[in-house]
Amino acid sequence: MSQIEFLQQLINGLSLGAFYALIALGYTMVYGILRFINFAHGDVFMLGAFGGYYLTPRIMPHFAGNLAPVGVVVVLLLTMILCALIGMVIERLAYRPLRSRPKLTVLITAIGVSLLLEYGGQFVFGADPKPYPELITDRALENTGALTITTTQVAAFVVTFLLLIALTLIVKRTKLGMAMRAVSNNATAASLMGINIDTVVSFTFGLGSALAGAAGILYALSYPSIDPLMGLLPGVKAFVAAVLGGIGNIPGAAVGGLILGVVETFVGGSAFSTYRDAIAFALLIGILLFRPAGIFGKAQVEKV
Amino acid sequence: MKTFLRAVLPIALCTFALSLTSRAQDIVVGEFASLTGSEATFGVNSSNGVELAREQIDSAGGLLNGRKIKIVLEDDQSKPGQPSAAVKKLIASDKSIAILGEIASSRSLEAAPICQAAKIPMITPGSTNPKVTTIGDYIFRVCFNDKFQGQADARFALENLKVKKVAILADVKSDYSQGLQRYFKEYFTSHGGVVAEERSYSGGGTDRDFRAQLTSLKSAQPDAIFIPGYYTEVGLIAKQARSLGIKVPLFGGDGWDSPKLAAIGGSALNGCYFTTHFSTQDPNPKVQDFVKNYQAKYKVMPDGMAPLGYDAMMILGDAIKTAGSTDADKIRDALTKVKNFEGVTGSITIDADRNASKSAVVLEVQNGAYKFATRIAP
Repeated sequence: MSQIEFLQQLINGLSLGAFYALIALGYTMVYGILRFINFAHGDVFMLGAFGGYYLTPRIMPHFAGNLAPVGVVVVLLLTMILCALIGMVIERLAYRPLRSRPKLTVLITAIGVSLLLEYGGQFVFGADPKPYPELITDRALENTGALTITTTQVAAFVVTFLLLIALTLIVKRTKLGMAMRAVSNNATAASLMGINIDTVVSFTFGLGSALAGAAGILYALSYPSIDPLMGLLPGVKAFVAAVLGGIGNIPGAAVGGLILGVVETFVGGSAFSTYRDAIAFALLIGILLFRPAGIFGKAQVEKV
Repeated sequence: MKTFLRAVLPIALCTFALSLTSRAQDIVVGEFASLTGSEATFGVNSSNGVELAREQIDSAGGLLNGRKIKIVLEDDQSKPGQPSAAVKKLIASDKSIAILGEIASSRSLEAAPICQAAKIPMITPGSTNPKVTTIGDYIFRVCFNDKFQGQADARFALENLKVKKVAILADVKSDYSQGLQRYFKEYFTSHGGVVAEERSYSGGGTDRDFRAQLTSLKSAQPDAIFIPGYYTEVGLIAKQARSLGIKVPLFGGDGWDSPKLAAIGGSALNGCYFTTHFSTQDPNPKVQDFVKNYQAKYKVMPDGMAPLGYDAMMILGDAIKTAGSTDADKIRDALTKVKNFEGVTGSITIDADRNASKSAVVLEVQNGAYKFATRIAP
């Protein structure tokens, strides 16, 4: 493998990993607070993609010419708000009534919600794959020499990075963030200190779902064919990424996502491309054998 | 004994009555197709073709002294596991006298052993993998197979594209793609071509990122890339290939033949080619009639799968007429004798292996339209 090819594959891998990272953040936050895996998270990601699909033709005509980037931001923000609301509604209706029940009950309910969204999506949107509108023009950047980096790859990277910073600030610097960390640490003690657990949990779901919504749009821009089952596999992979990084740990989820993306890409580009997922996941099992709590899990960084 | 009779007699009478009424009833034909999922246009369009043929047969007076055809259509969601459930239901509960389906070879291969075991003739409109009809003597197809299609693609690459060095990107999850890859390679390498590099991906909506495979294909510097896949993935592959700076033509088989291909791939597909069963630009009056009727009924242009569905139903109708009954064995025997049947997708003769021998057309993608490029004879 030449140096150019190596660098190109690294770029491919990191841009794929950025999506996994963005979705993994939602898994990890919910786990940090409630100690349960929200399996419907990948489907909120799908709803984000469809949100962009329906909003783009309605929003973009108002932002012609130079204003187009503003339009893109508006579509992105509206979709994130929409997904945040959906996430909060799911939590309110499906998970909150079961909070005092065994964790397994909630877990199975999450799978039920996931199936409901997938097949409800097939009913509402139709099951056939839909071509995605070009929100930003997907073209290769110039002056990158033999390497190609496309505009959507850069957009995915920049947005992921910005959201990660925003998330860290929210968790570390705001009052709600502090409440989240307190609930994560000890929910009973936190509620005795006057923290409203319901608000914190609702906020966490909103935040995680907003990130999934952003990931949905960015993913659909890079891979412009969407369908109601599109969240299934990225969801599973992001979950693996979250576990790899140490579930409950925010930087861990981001790093886990990037590692998974890079590993998958290098295996996919090798002569063993047939066994891409098998080899990628075997490697992950290997890492977890040596660090069962995930890469960042042992260090006992604040769980959120 | 009395109670036994009291219990059984009404049932027996009912069955008798039912069998009497069913004699004048519709002829039930079962069909399974991918109406939803990643290959949804295949199922929707081929079943549209079947429906158009049924309508024409019925309005021409039906079969066997005016009996109408009733089609029971099951959706297999483009998913493995669904076809077997669908076909079992069509045979056991709907009492279909014959089965029509699928386009995707993997799913036909799943259903065929069930039809074979039940001794119900099955006609696949568009499954091109050679294995499908080797399942047994009740399994037929009305399209060419991939042994021929792979050769046709290789001949097109050597003679028309004039390329000697190609790379291949195939779908590891599809029997169709694997078969086409193998037969293409066999012919291409034994006639002076070189396969520079091969990579694979997972189809059926699993993989959406193909940059890893494409980057390594690019460094092999091929003159063209052969992609024996289905349209959803091919559209995405074309886009990503162009954004990685791969400028050589891409080409593939009838798995590309869907209006969604160009909708997803857009201008990235300009100058790319695929082999398929039929072209709407064919001047043959039979084809033009079909295009006109199809457009009148469904308001869209037919793709390659619609006429295959149409021909499958027409040949089945013809076989029922020849057999003079709805007996599965007699229909099967009649199907083996189909000779020079003038279908929309060409003249169809069922050979000893229950395959149809036909020519293929090559279409070029230009700005979202599929233009007739050339025809490749068997």
